[in-house]
Order: sequence, then C-alpha cells, then structure tokens
Amino acid sequence: MTTYGSKRIVTGAHYGLRDWMVQRATALLMALFTIVLLVQVLLTSGPIDYVAWSSIFSKQWMKFLTFALIVSLAYHAWVGVRDIWMDYVKPVGVRLALHTFTLVWLTGCAGWAIQVLWRL
Amino acid sequence: MTDATQATKKNRPVYTNIHVTQIVSYRLPPAGIVSILHRISGLLMFFLLPFVIWMFDTSLTSEISYETFTAAFVSGIGFLPGWFIKLVTLGLIWGYLHHFIAGVRHLWMDATHSVSKAQGKNSAVVTLVLGVLLTLALGAKLFGLY
Repeated sequence: MTTYGSKRIVTGAHYGLRDWMVQRATALLMALFTIVLLVQVLLTSGPIDYVAWSSIFSKQWMKFLTFALIVSLAYHAWVGVRDIWMDYVKPVGVRLALHTFTLVWLTGCAGWAIQVLWRL
Repeated sequence: MTDATQATKKNRPVYTNIHVTQIVSYRLPPAGIVSILHRISGLLMFFLLPFVIWMFDTSLTSEISYETFTAAFVSGIGFLPGWFIKLVTLGLIWGYLHHFIAGVRHLWMDATHSVSKAQGKNSAVVTLVLGVLLTLALGAKLFGLY
C-alpha cells in the first residue's frame, strides 16, 4: 500500500472503526428521537393541528434533541452514502466528484434544517 | 511438484467480481435482500432529504405554511399532483421503516452476537415482513382508507 506519490491509495486512513462506531451511535440517537417524537404525537389529545405540532418542537429540550438529530443524520448519511460510492464506483475522479456532491448535499440540507429549527 | 498439490491447484475455484449484468442470475438469501434494501432505502432517503426538510419547514414555520403543507397532499404543489406527493411519501415511509428495523437488527446482532445462520434468516424475514406490513398500515392512513 502506497500512501504517497501518484500511485497512492486515496482511500483508507484507519477511520474504519471510528466510522463503524459513529454509524451506530448516530443510529441510536435517531431511533431514540423517533420514539420520543412518536410518543409525543400519540399522547396529544385531539387532532394534530399546527398548534399541537409546532408546540412539540418549540420546547427547548426538543430543540436540543432535534439539533443533535440533524447533525447525527448528516454524519450517518455521510458514512453510509460514502460506503455505497466506495463499493460501486471505482474510477477515482467520478468517486471524488460523488463524495464532493454528497458533502455539499448533506451540509446544505443540514443548514436548511437548522435554519427551520432556529426560527421556532 | 507432487500430484496432490497439482490436483489442488487444478480444482482451486476462481472468484471474480460480480458484473452488473450478472446480478439477476444470483439468488440472494433473505439476509442479502435486507442488506441491499438497507442500502437502497438509505440512498432513497438521502435523495429525498430536501423533501423531508421541506415538510419540516412548511409544517412548522407558520399557520400559513402549514396550510401549504397539508394542501400539497390534497391538491398538489406546483406541477406535482397530490397523489404523487403521497406516493413519494409512501416510498419515504417504507424506506424509513425498513432502514429503522434493519438497523435495529444490526444493533441487536452486535449486542447479542446472534449471528447464526438460522437467526440471520429469521430476523431478516421478520425485518422484511414488518417493514412491508407497517408501510401498508401507514400507507392506508396516508391515502385515507381509514
């Protein structure tokens, strides 16, 4: 394995275990968020209208959790989607372009979601 | 070289990468189907992220935007009809459920070391069936069947 020069391998930097752990930690947080949100929706008395729905997200602890969810989702999706590109896309140039697109897509989406959260 | 080693050499199987055109000729076990659907559902949700955040945005920002949000599922939005929005949402529901259950299956296998052939098959079948059944139940609600 060459880690320098024009023939160097551009993937792999001993981040395998870290990403594996991150994938599971972020998954747990998102699963927890799903259950917390579901419980609040189910415990709402009467129909879920705008007031009921927005009051769920306007609580400070829920904003805290939702922010953590957005960051977790972006990181989780980055690890997962990059795995897909690394497995199926072999030309380095195309792969680099897809990795860059994925980063732009995820940071842009995370920014938009945080912007929505900020307004509440 | 002895005859024995030569025989071993001759019988040694050759493994090649599966080409995209050969995919249909491979029969996947249930665990394999769960695995590939885990990837497909993940990628689906990745591409639908702007739609998810659009729903998050319009349903929360104001009462007026909330009206836009609910109307999109009935009378559509822009050039997209309401049934199409519902269909995309149905895809999203399946993607989320399958990804969620397959993820819990992974965590369960990690935590309990339940990696026997039988357990792998059973939990894969449960994942596939539960994902589809819950999608049908929520899909019926989405399309106003109850």
